Amino acid sequence: MTAAWAIALLILSPLAAAALVFAFPRCGRWLALGTVAVVGGASVQLTWKVLTDGVQIHRVGGWGPPLGIDLRADGLSVLMLLITALIGLAVSLYAQRYFAAHESERPLPVNPDVAASRLSAAILDKDSVRRSAETPLRFKSPTRELVRGDRNPALHRERYFWPLFLFLWTALNALFLSADIFNLYVTLELLGFAAVTLVALAGKRAALTAALRYLFVSLTASLFYLLGVGLVYGQCATVDLASLAAKAQPGPALWVALALMTGGLIAKAALFPLHFWLPPAHANAPAPVSALLSALVVKGSFYILLRLWIEAFPALMTPPVAQLFGLLGAAAILWGSVNALVQSRLKLLIAYSTVAQLGYLFLLFPLAATPEGGFTAWSGGLIFLGAHACAKTAMFLTAGNILHAAGHDRIQDLDGMTHVLPVSVFAFGLAGMSLIGLPPSSGFAGKWLLLNAALAQGQWWWVAVMLLGSLLAAAYVARVLAHAFTRVEEPRKPHPIAPVMEWTALALALLAVGLGFASHGLAELLRVGAPVAGAMLLGGAAP
Amino acid sequence: MPDADHRIYLLAGVALFAIGFYSLLVQTHLLRRVMALNVMGSGVFLVYIALGAQTPGPIPDPVPQAMVLTGIVVSVCATGLALALADRVQAATGRVELGDHEDAADLPDASPAPSEHHKGTPSA
Amino acid sequence: MMRRISVGILSLALLAALSWAVLSLPAQPKGLTEASLARLPESGVSNPVTAVLLNYRGYDTLLEVGVLLLAIVGVWSLRRGEWPAADRRDRPLLLSLLRVVLPVLVLAAGYLLWIGAFAPGGAFQGGALLGGALVLVMLGGLARRLVNRAGLLRAGLGLGVLVFATVCAITLRLTGGLLQYPPGTGGTWIMVIESAALISIGLTLGLLYLGGRPEEDT
Repeated sequence: MTAAWAIALLILSPLAAAALVFAFPRCGRWLALGTVAVVGGASVQLTWKVLTDGVQIHRVGGWGPPLGIDLRADGLSVLMLLITALIGLAVSLYAQRYFAAHESERPLPVNPDVAASRLSAAILDKDSVRRSAETPLRFKSPTRELVRGDRNPALHRERYFWPLFLFLWTALNALFLSADIFNLYVTLELLGFAAVTLVALAGKRAALTAALRYLFVSLTASLFYLLGVGLVYGQCATVDLASLAAKAQPGPALWVALALMTGGLIAKAALFPLHFWLPPAHANAPAPVSALLSALVVKGSFYILLRLWIEAFPALMTPPVAQLFGLLGAAAILWGSVNALVQSRLKLLIAYSTVAQLGYLFLLFPLAATPEGGFTAWSGGLIFLGAHACAKTAMFLTAGNILHAAGHDRIQDLDGMTHVLPVSVFAFGLAGMSLIGLPPSSGFAGKWLLLNAALAQGQWWWVAVMLLGSLLAAAYVARVLAHAFTRVEEPRKPHPIAPVMEWTALALALLAVGLGFASHGLAELLRVGAPVAGAMLLGGAAP
Repeated sequence: MPDADHRIYLLAGVALFAIGFYSLLVQTHLLRRVMALNVMGSGVFLVYIALGAQTPGPIPDPVPQAMVLTGIVVSVCATGLALALADRVQAATGRVELGDHEDAADLPDASPAPSEHHKGTPSA
Repeated sequence: MMRRISVGILSLALLAALSWAVLSLPAQPKGLTEASLARLPESGVSNPVTAVLLNYRGYDTLLEVGVLLLAIVGVWSLRRGEWPAADRRDRPLLLSLLRVVLPVLVLAAGYLLWIGAFAPGGAFQGGALLGGALVLVMLGGLARRLVNRAGLLRAGLGLGVLVFATVCAITLRLTGGLLQYPPGTGGTWIMVIESAALISIGLTLGLLYLGGRPEEDT
């Protein structure tokens, strides 16, 4: 398989599979598993090519910039592709049982409570009554809708999960391979639509509201980004990332363009103070969706920010800009951690933890912008990204298991959970270890490198923030575990749960710890085509 | 002066963008918010078209035109999706607005706990 | 009120920054006009916008056809089996209008698809007309049977993406490059892609107007 085929398969196979699953809904699971195999193989193949032959550039249509679009795979791209493939594999195994479990346990003709409340709502809603009196055959009455479509909501969710999941995957792969800022806009929209719809798939009132808010933020952010791209094109007459670095002259148009694009992207990446949409959306989505959103989707926007500021417009990356990114990141760490600590629901706690952990990624900007320790910060931040992706997926899958087994996710009622779901609680603990940054986890490796870079550059204030963030993370993880490990006299009888749902969570948690041992190899991979130079500062002790 | 003419379009485009942005933040009705997004989008498209028209020569630059075509298609899709979702939100909550931004963070807590909402149906 | 004032100030600041930026852009930007015209003969079409859409930046369009399909999948995933606009009132005036307009609309859509290779037009313009025709048909209550054939609709909606992806795979096999057409065959491939896209775009736009999904038994 050549690099061209690997790149093409990474994009075409999930896209075609999404269309096929939509056309033939009964084949969803199997097509998704087939796609996992193809995309996984292509990712590994492309990683091998990048490691042996260096950066791979594919000129789509053979045109090349400025007229055509380039697809580019360097160390950073393939690392993101590999993480995406791993999480995609875990989520598709988990989702097989997650949606099927709902199906088998709840044939659920019509839930009488919901039906009654909908009926009374319909009666109270005078407008709808009047409307149905005028045109009796119009299908607008809520009861009619309920009877027809809510017959099997679980099957409905399963049917639509697979094509939407495959679209999300297409968008992520396309995003991580694109080297063209307009093409990145299209991938962002594909990603945003898929993510919003997946949140709404939960179907609850809170999920629908959260999804709509997410959609508004996402669309506004995309328009800011798109206007920024227009200004860049007007100034530089190209939208190719690699050519921009040479053509970019700092001036009003480019400053405003970059401000627009950055504003849009930090809203999509949920960086403090534009994080308000994230906790409700991530907490109310179905568990496998929460995992995808927290582990991958928000990182897509962060990835574009890295490409923009560090590769395309390094001339505009002045120290004040870098410090501003760091400041927002630090605020996110503290604000997210403190909020995680006071949540009463597990999924909200995990979602706020995502707000906090995203903050660490933005410390990469002040730390990687200087040559001294630049590469150390670069690899530290990106290893941290991988660690967080694995740990957060494990946590959300665990939360899904708890919600499924216990019927709730109230933290104070989790007592005795370790008897009920020992594997899941163990997975949560391991993932928490990586979030806190305890050695030898990959979270530790990433933080250690960031700390070394900060110390080498004398930016000690970031060190203080990182340590405080770790302390707070330890507190909120411990709070959950303390409840889970509390002994109860008579453990309640849980809903049975498929073993694969527990083991996928555990596998990712183990990976979140185990990647720490592979951090040297990951740094080697990240070196390929890295936009920052410098030696690897290990501070005397290898992580 | 041809470029003086084109600047009018550029300025009109960014003005539409700012007007749309203002309404998006001020209006609460979901339909008006969707319309505000469309106004913002039209502003962006006008800027692109004006940029394409500015280039020297008899034929305007085709690249921004093609980009606008892509943008319009995406915008139609976004509008369709937003309207369908807004309709669903209205059916579920009986309201045509989302509530204030301030209470966004504690929204899930305000809604009933899963066990009360769907009896015994863990809908994560 | 405070909110209106603060948002107003924010929007005015945004307007000021944006105006400053667009006024500082080069008065006569180079753009890519010359480059696109210079390589137009290689692209297989003579309309530069179509060349950008389906050849130079054809990859954008591939993803965009994906966005269209995603939108309809998203709308269907939100709806619980209701066709809100499947209206059963009689509309005699609309019916007699349709008898005249419908063939013209379909013909015009096909014409726009064909002319797109040489002059303004193409699959999106044709698809928009087709979508409009579908909306009229549905308003006239004529397509009730069609819009409940869920399997057929799903296949038609997915057609654009599937054909586009297949063309990508075939041309990759032939030339070793993604969306790189063998020399001299660009026009044919573009027509194949656009014909499939026309159907999917028309269906998507028409069904987005309905905003529901077919009453199928899922």
